[in-house]
Amino acid sequence: MKSYKTKKTISNVLTYILLVIISIIWLFPFVGLVLQSFRSYATEYGGMVDYLVPKSFSLDNYKFLFDTAQTNYLLWYKNTIVIAVCVAVLQTLIQLCVSYALSRMRFAGRTFLMRFWLILGMFPGFLTMICLYFLLKQFGLTQAGAIPGLILVTVASCGMGYYVCKGYFDTIPKALDEAARIDGATRARIFLTMIIPMSKPIIIYTALVAFMAPWCDYVFASYVAFGHDSSYNVAVGMTRWVWTNDYQGYFTRFCAGGVLVAIPVTLLFMFLQKYYVEGVTGGAVKG
Amino acid sequence: MAQGADNKNALSRFFKALGSGFKEIGTTFVEGDFKTKISFLILGFGPLLRGQILIGAALLVLEVLFFWFLFGFGWQYLSKIGTLGTVATKKVGRKTVYGDNSFLILLFGVLCIFAIFAFVLVWYINIRENRKEELLLKNGKKLPTNNEVFMSLFDKNFHKTLLALPVTGIFIFTVLPIVFMILVAFTNYDKNHQSPSNLFTWVGLENFKNIVSFSGAGIGSTFTYVLVWTLVWAFLATFTNYFLGLGVAMLINKKGIKFKKLWRTILVMTIAVPQFVSLLYVMKMFANDGLINGYLIKWGIIKSYIPFWTDPVLARITVVVVNIWIGIPYMVLIATGLLMNIPEDLYESARIDGANPWQMFKSITLPYMLFVTGPFLLTQYTGNLNNFNVIYLLTQGKPQSVNLAEKAGNTDLLITWLYKMTVNDTNYRMAAVIGIMVFVVTAVISLVVYNMLPSVKDEEGFQ
Repeated sequence: MKSYKTKKTISNVLTYILLVIISIIWLFPFVGLVLQSFRSYATEYGGMVDYLVPKSFSLDNYKFLFDTAQTNYLLWYKNTIVIAVCVAVLQTLIQLCVSYALSRMRFAGRTFLMRFWLILGMFPGFLTMICLYFLLKQFGLTQAGAIPGLILVTVASCGMGYYVCKGYFDTIPKALDEAARIDGATRARIFLTMIIPMSKPIIIYTALVAFMAPWCDYVFASYVAFGHDSSYNVAVGMTRWVWTNDYQGYFTRFCAGGVLVAIPVTLLFMFLQKYYVEGVTGGAVKG
Repeated sequence: MAQGADNKNALSRFFKALGSGFKEIGTTFVEGDFKTKISFLILGFGPLLRGQILIGAALLVLEVLFFWFLFGFGWQYLSKIGTLGTVATKKVGRKTVYGDNSFLILLFGVLCIFAIFAFVLVWYINIRENRKEELLLKNGKKLPTNNEVFMSLFDKNFHKTLLALPVTGIFIFTVLPIVFMILVAFTNYDKNHQSPSNLFTWVGLENFKNIVSFSGAGIGSTFTYVLVWTLVWAFLATFTNYFLGLGVAMLINKKGIKFKKLWRTILVMTIAVPQFVSLLYVMKMFANDGLINGYLIKWGIIKSYIPFWTDPVLARITVVVVNIWIGIPYMVLIATGLLMNIPEDLYESARIDGANPWQMFKSITLPYMLFVTGPFLLTQYTGNLNNFNVIYLLTQGKPQSVNLAEKAGNTDLLITWLYKMTVNDTNYRMAAVIGIMVFVVTAVISLVVYNMLPSVKDEEGFQ
């Protein structure tokens, strides 16, 4: 019995050591990011260095970000928030509508629609980039109008991402609908006053995912806003800092900007983590 | 085999439906009164005269809109779709005289063809509506009032209200562009044929021949190289994440381990940070003059920097390793919940039988997880085939190689290659072909693997 106990202790200690190592590996880049963002621009310049802890700390890089005479960072930040909020609201609405129709109603063409969308989803998104660009250009929604353009494109095609939400609706018993219908409620009423209030977790999940996506949208955003600095989002603007040739001077500024982007998104995410986990696991198991 | 029979059935059903459709049109015309007969030309005429204002007006408005669109706007493009334009843009003196715009001809030509199909459908709906109304009246029943028709949009026909906007959006911003790009694969639209200054035209299968030709200027060998790496990458990325993530989740879930929530939170936090921030920072960390090389040299472990991103083989390994860093938190999230679903008594009885932890993992945990997460693994794999962010933010497909055509790099996936062709080289014709190939690969793998999944074959298998 004793040997079993010691064995167990040893295995637990080993597990703890492993977990600590894993935590360090996963946190290391973020610690580095934060430390570098506080490096003094005046004494150590803004380039890459081969040490982790800055020799002198300062807020130089953050001051730079807030200086509208030198950079559009604040504007990019505002753009990203506008896109993220609009997309989160509209995308959630549309996906709820689509999910309800596909989950609760049976109509001619339903399976065809689902199969057709499944096949459409297999085409790589970037394939259509040029065509979308010219379509938007026809309406003046590129460069200066890139923000509404980006929102339009994202929201217009989001109906195909109904899977997780429909999966959730499928788990709400149909008997509830039937009972309400016998009482004379219309479909619209059932949807608005019964299903939606019951779907809080999935609404939060959908909105959260939709809200987080625009923060990473580099590809299409850079294409649509091409060359028009004031229409960039944070991803496009800051990625350019890292890739252009004078990134040496901008590296610590990138770190500072990254910290400012990461903080609100991370806080929101941690706050709503429970819903995210529910949505992700639900979606994964049902496929 | 079952599938083949299924398809045949679907085909014969389709033709039967088509046949009965035509028959219905015929009988409606023959048996119909003058209102119905005029409706064949003027849509909604019958319903309007029978008091179905809402339906009749909607049909009539659609017809007017269609003809206004086709003759006021679409025809000038549709008529040239065979050649994609013949009048080139010229310079007369210092002024540029614009000729045909091949791009718009193709785009709006496709839109017109869709509009024509849609109109035929509306026409058919109009005929059925007439037939329905006539039969109702003949049997002495009342037609629904306009109010009832309108209200049905919130009840019996609620799906039409709900789906109208999403379906239209997907049509304009997904279906139309995809059809357009598929057609571009059959043209010579590239940097020498940019509209509006130059015309482009149909070239048949030339681009597809280019991609399978291994001699001369053909890019067959590069395509194969990139395709193989894409498949290998997706395999490595999916399974390293899956098994390592499962391992970490089991560590956290282990009995007697405290602070489970803390460990999980640390990992989950990394999902929240936008990828472009974390990936670009990690990319700089592994750079030749970056943090890791810096410390390794300072501590005297290596003499000169390790070329994490500039050596072809090393770059591929680094990409996979960094992807593990990105991917494990997701897997931990998913696995944690599922691991708790495995009935504890299975392990209990295994322990009584004297099974060691490895045996328990092999014959209880793994089969259960594989069974439950089969579809998830498949979507992960197809997702990784198109994992643009990780590759592009880390390496942009580099390191470049002189042996590869069309500026492909050693870590390029088909999707990043496609992106570079589109944005850097404006080589739209080949980008379109690559896009179609990505679709074919994704579709084939999904179809084949999906039908092999145990959870699909045998839904009750693990109960």
